[in-house]
Amino acid sequence: MKDKLILDKKNVGKTISALCDEIIKRNQERGSLNDLVIIGIRTRGAHLAERIVQFINRRAEVEIPLGILDITLYRDDLTTISAQPIVRSTEISFDLTDKKVVLVDDVLYTGRTIRSAMDELIDFGRPKNIQLAVLIDRGHRELPIQADYVGKIVPTKKKEIIEVRLAETDGKDEVVLKP
Amino acid sequence: MKKITGLKRKDLLGIEELGKEEISLILDTAKSFKEVSVRPIKKVPALRGKTVVNLFYEPSTRTRISFELAAKRLSADVINISTSASSVVKGESLVDTAKNIQAMAVDAVVIRHSAEGSAHLLSKELKASVVNAGDGSHEHPTQALLDMFTIREHKKNIEGLNVVIIGDILHSRVARSNIWGLTKMGAKVKLVGPPTLIPPFVKSLKVEVFYRPEDALSDADVAMCLRIQRERQTSNFFPSIHEYVKVFNLTMERLKLARKDCLVMHPGPINRGIEISSEVADGTQSVILEQVTNGIATRMAVLYLLLAQKSKVEWGTRRRRV
Repeated sequence: MKDKLILDKKNVGKTISALCDEIIKRNQERGSLNDLVIIGIRTRGAHLAERIVQFINRRAEVEIPLGILDITLYRDDLTTISAQPIVRSTEISFDLTDKKVVLVDDVLYTGRTIRSAMDELIDFGRPKNIQLAVLIDRGHRELPIQADYVGKIVPTKKKEIIEVRLAETDGKDEVVLKP
Repeated sequence: MKKITGLKRKDLLGIEELGKEEISLILDTAKSFKEVSVRPIKKVPALRGKTVVNLFYEPSTRTRISFELAAKRLSADVINISTSASSVVKGESLVDTAKNIQAMAVDAVVIRHSAEGSAHLLSKELKASVVNAGDGSHEHPTQALLDMFTIREHKKNIEGLNVVIIGDILHSRVARSNIWGLTKMGAKVKLVGPPTLIPPFVKSLKVEVFYRPEDALSDADVAMCLRIQRERQTSNFFPSIHEYVKVFNLTMERLKLARKDCLVMHPGPINRGIEISSEVADGTQSVILEQVTNGIATRMAVLYLLLAQKSKVEWGTRRRRV
């Protein structure tokens, strides 16, 4: 079985801008963009978040703060996985209390990463709300978690792998499904 | 240098046995942990449910508090045992004390002891991880790691730096751990002290030895002062404190011989006016208090790397009572 291209470079760009438009629209409806912050989950969620912040800043003429989350220390499988994950730094230089937080990740799968991320976020203050934006939702949730903004829903089998490749880490933008 | 993702060891006993890539992993991990201590809630759940025992047979404030805060900021539970308030005064041996502690299901024992090799002895007897927090005049690995972390924060790279260590090399476990660590990471190490306080074996360790600070300090990127350890000195190693001060005290005048951006370090506790002048200790080049801050992040990294691994004890393997 060959790899299946889900999104090419052009469609990755289109999908991200559609996500941004939706984030702007819904948060303007719920007040303003002044208390909005974007936080990306390392590694690819952080790159996506950076692009989303740039897009929204340009489109809505605002300056949205960007934060980066490393969820390693909040994982629920630290003592069960065999390869110990490398701890990278979390970079949130602002208080989250009363902020509207959009959490960004590349793929939504079991929901366990998002559970870890929410626990960590709450250690930085009490946000007004936390919203979730993902590029791909591939199903197979193990926790009651859903995304507010989804770039593309891709039905998958559990053994299949979704690979989100971004120019920042992988040289080019694309999403592929590996059997 | 090849990158590794985990420490494949149960214990941290010394720097001598660590590889360069292991030292780098600990320092990189410490960098990520530094941020935790400036959060509004200074705690992460990585070691929830783990128990760490601080077993200190020698007086300590900095190191014990630093290990305690490191463990607590990782959500581990911490027990402190100081020998004056424990069964040690009733004549219990070190190994017996440790085995009794282990019988209470602890995950790590942090030990400080006046006998060289005490941490190694415990590591063979215990299933729990053992962290050496100073064994006699032998090693103090987490001090060297936090020193290297501090140097790296200021100088980016340790390789190629000139590091001068001044003082009581003979009795200093900090000096030994730093010599091993710094030379492994590619620094040039120069030792300075009275001939009676420089053990002959150090010449086999790729270091240069000097007997006057003036001869070693030019080109220095780091000047590390050590305390005169009078509690370990069994005879008179120099004529008088007064004479020691005259020759070895790191004064502003002597520091001016080093590079302009030379860092001044000291593992503490400092004896002002003996090995270091107040002017230098409180001066702009001093990073002595940064060392203390970085000690927590470094010890968090060590505890995390040793304890947040796949459990060695599986469920249901506990012995059934017959």
